[in-house]
Amino acid sequence: MNVVTNNKWIGQRTIRPDGMDKVTGRAQFAADTTMPGMIWGKVLRSPHPHARIKSIDTSKAEKLPGVKAVVTSKDIVDFPIEKGAVMLGIQDMRWMCRNVMARDKALFPGHPVAAVAATTEAIAEEACKLIEVDYEVLPWSIEIDDALKPDAPVLHEFNKFDGKPSNIVGRLEHKKGDIAEGFKKADVVIERTFTTRPVHQGYIEPHACLISVAPDGKTTIWSSSQGQFMVRAMTAYLTGIPQSDIRAIPAEIGGGFGGKTIVYLEPLATLLAKKSGRPVKMVMTREEVMRATGPTSGSKSTVTIGATKDGKIVAAHGTFYLQAGAFPGSPIRGAAGCSFTPYDIPNLLSEGYDVCSNRSKVAAYRAPGAPIGAYAVECVLDEVAEALKMDPLDFRLKNAAKEGTKAAHGPVFPRIGYIETVEAAKASPHYAAPLGDGHGKLRGRGVASGFWFNAGGESSAQVNITEDGNVVVTTGHPDIGGSRAGIANICAELLGIDYRRVSVIIGDTQTVGFSNLTGGSRVLFASSMVVTQSTEKIIQTLRERAAKIWEIDPEAVKWENGAAHPASPNAGQFEPLTLEELAEKAPAMGGPIGAGVQLNTQGADGGFGTHVCDVEVDVDLGIARVIRYTAVQDVGRAIHPGYVEGQLQGGVAQGIGWALNEEYIYTKEGKVDNPGFLDYRMPVCSDLPMIDCIMVEIPNPKHPQGVKGVGEVPLVPVMAAVANAIYNALGKRFYALPMSPPKVLEVLEAPTQQAAE
Amino acid sequence: MTELRYLAPDTLDEAVGAFAKAGSAARILAGGTDLLVQMRSGVLKPGVIVDIKKIPEVTAIEQTADGGFRVGAAVSGMALAEHETFGKVWPGVLEAVNLIGSKQVQGRASAGGNLCNGSPAGDSVPAMVAAGAIVTVQGPDGRREMKVEDVPAGPGRTNLKPGEILVSFTLPPRPPGSSDAYLRMIPRTEMDIAVVGCGVSLTMKDGIVTAARIGLGAVAPTVLLVEDAANALIGSKLDDAALAKAAAACSAACRPIDDKRGTIAYRVKVAGVLLKRTAAIAAQRATQKN
Repeated sequence: MNVVTNNKWIGQRTIRPDGMDKVTGRAQFAADTTMPGMIWGKVLRSPHPHARIKSIDTSKAEKLPGVKAVVTSKDIVDFPIEKGAVMLGIQDMRWMCRNVMARDKALFPGHPVAAVAATTEAIAEEACKLIEVDYEVLPWSIEIDDALKPDAPVLHEFNKFDGKPSNIVGRLEHKKGDIAEGFKKADVVIERTFTTRPVHQGYIEPHACLISVAPDGKTTIWSSSQGQFMVRAMTAYLTGIPQSDIRAIPAEIGGGFGGKTIVYLEPLATLLAKKSGRPVKMVMTREEVMRATGPTSGSKSTVTIGATKDGKIVAAHGTFYLQAGAFPGSPIRGAAGCSFTPYDIPNLLSEGYDVCSNRSKVAAYRAPGAPIGAYAVECVLDEVAEALKMDPLDFRLKNAAKEGTKAAHGPVFPRIGYIETVEAAKASPHYAAPLGDGHGKLRGRGVASGFWFNAGGESSAQVNITEDGNVVVTTGHPDIGGSRAGIANICAELLGIDYRRVSVIIGDTQTVGFSNLTGGSRVLFASSMVVTQSTEKIIQTLRERAAKIWEIDPEAVKWENGAAHPASPNAGQFEPLTLEELAEKAPAMGGPIGAGVQLNTQGADGGFGTHVCDVEVDVDLGIARVIRYTAVQDVGRAIHPGYVEGQLQGGVAQGIGWALNEEYIYTKEGKVDNPGFLDYRMPVCSDLPMIDCIMVEIPNPKHPQGVKGVGEVPLVPVMAAVANAIYNALGKRFYALPMSPPKVLEVLEAPTQQAAE
Repeated sequence: MTELRYLAPDTLDEAVGAFAKAGSAARILAGGTDLLVQMRSGVLKPGVIVDIKKIPEVTAIEQTADGGFRVGAAVSGMALAEHETFGKVWPGVLEAVNLIGSKQVQGRASAGGNLCNGSPAGDSVPAMVAAGAIVTVQGPDGRREMKVEDVPAGPGRTNLKPGEILVSFTLPPRPPGSSDAYLRMIPRTEMDIAVVGCGVSLTMKDGIVTAARIGLGAVAPTVLLVEDAANALIGSKLDDAALAKAAAACSAACRPIDDKRGTIAYRVKVAGVLLKRTAAIAAQRATQKN
């Protein structure tokens, strides 16, 4: 496989193809689509955290003038629990069918119980109020400690752990060596317990869809998601309509961050459209988004790390309990699998526990689980380094994983770039700069590292040369991180033409081959592989066409700067044939020029990052602010550096929110008390400094352009970096997120001993 | 489905007539930055909306004969910021009004709406209380005046009578050596609701405080006028002891709740911290002018 060098477009900050539409408001998001005869769907949601549904009477709602259809769980295809898992990606359809519409029990406030379609939104809302649900209200639990109590109400009675009905619905472990033996060798052992709160992905665009079901069953879905094929498959599973009859058209997406890798509305709207014979539109309110979608897990983690006096980690043990919400499936794989991975630790046990409780089912959130685990591990590492009187970056370097290190979750690392990220952080202007005077506020600096698996998987692409000699590339992944711009750069590079001649679009499910969803930082890695192979096929065709015209051997033709040339003077003297000329001649020379490739891509390398964070704390008000931040990451190859930096900066911004203010707050009744952006405090621009990025480029040898996924790693180290910086400022450790002003002040005002337990 | 009627009268008499006639189904629309949000979220479903922005008196900023100001209830934050002299005389009131919402919201949001929304956390209210503003209201029985601190009755409620509309705020003339300031604590840097808000208005002569008023927001069901804190400052040089005493008085005046925005302990402590910081800014402004 050739690594492209001497690039003209790869590595350039080209103008993003979706930019103009987005800044002028022309971009079509999910809620922007309308159809003649369209009606509106609304969802009736459970007010209770936990309740048995004894009966649902929809007769009054159905009689309300303007109501065209009502659906309940009876209309959704059931996947019986006892028949075993039916997996679609990471989702089990047994839980999906119960999440989109409660069956026997409502498991969180906001859990859908019925849905109505009516001629106006107001009528649909009114009709929801006329649906009579007879609930038997049950005891509930939300917090992990409550859900694990011996007498805790069990959400899924069929589930047993240690032989007893339990809310622990899953466990995994990664093991290496013998930790008992390892800890015996340690001179310093530090064990700490940490908690984090549920946080939402916070995409600005609420879930929305418009769905039409024709009388012959042909179904069209316009919706915003991280995978139109995922939407098609899940909707097919849950409605019984074959996939061949469902055309899922991806809208422009207003943020996803993992949270749009599952469906909520599409199956309901499809059934309402089928029943009513009318196109049905559904748009969630922000409150519905906050109550019933995402967020990621709240967590409780205990991490023990032992090291020798000379700074070598000899053993580590992590136990990560993560909230799954109503159904199994919290991201314990990310927490247990990623947290220790930057380090070469001979004796390691990393355990994850999946805990159900009465809150909404978790959805993926940027490196799912990994930031939660890294928060605990990287904070303990900071304490160990301090106990050893070592610089925290030197301590990491001393224990860094490198080529040949066997990770506890399985792989033996190929050439990886972790050490380079630590070295770059250490050499950064930021790490060398003095903290400066806080004018009464206390300043501190912290560092942390992080790892994410990254992914490959199925992708398809079709590359076509237009009749005028330009290029249209169709891929199958919603673009949430710059994949269109990256693909345009790569395709232009390979063809040797201006990137503006390459138009990259995202196909719908019936016009491009299967492509797995946008997630796992896989899209540019995977889609550039299929686009590269498609483009190479086209270049081969173009060479053959030129050879035919020149009546020479195709091997004697080279493709360069957008034109066919004789490979050498020996091949003959011919004027170059440009892409435009060959396109014009195409009808006479064998027909249209285009190629498609479909692959299950392999060879995604994991990603590593190391972050440096400065904070300033107003000790009288308890307000911590991040005043300087540098994110270093091994990005493989930055195809579009502007977008890569955007990914790094975006991840850091989300992590700062998670660290300082974001959290789900619940009322005494178990309902989310802050279901909106006013009281769910994501950072605003003025809360953040400019976030500096250092891109370390260690190309992935298994990828034609050296690409590694970059989208998820930058969230992983952030909370630990902020927490370690706050410790450095205040001399007090925090073991719970968020470090919001009331909580910071509480620790500052507590007697000294208490803070460190 | 109920219909919504929208009226935009040119005179106060018409507005009061329509408002009174519609009874509890009616709502006054100034900037609408609270009303429209409440309607969209389904909290409110008014039958009649009376838009008062076409009434000249309600959107005017005037300097009164005695040197004070009369600010119409529906004057937007941006309009107040652009006034030539208002912000020089009442920088604390202006900064408080300008903290309502975002820049975009400032084009609409008004001090009148902020007050009538009845939120204990409204930013402009503690500053208006500190300023000693008097409000003019007009209702079916004619006009009357109230102290601004007497308007809020509790969260979401006011002491205006049925049919009464807030017309304007009157701010008194300023003796030399006077200024004011407003600070709030929010977890973020903007786009947030005050966890504690503090307005301080001072008059100083030869480094000694001769008059002071202090308003505290978000620490009780209504915005508070904290006279004990003001008394602790009056006669002092804003020395540490006086500031500590005033801060303690602010903390003592708090009757907050634990909620999603802050704890009781946090609010009580922060009220005192903000008093010291706000007083320092007001004093610096007051002495700069001399």
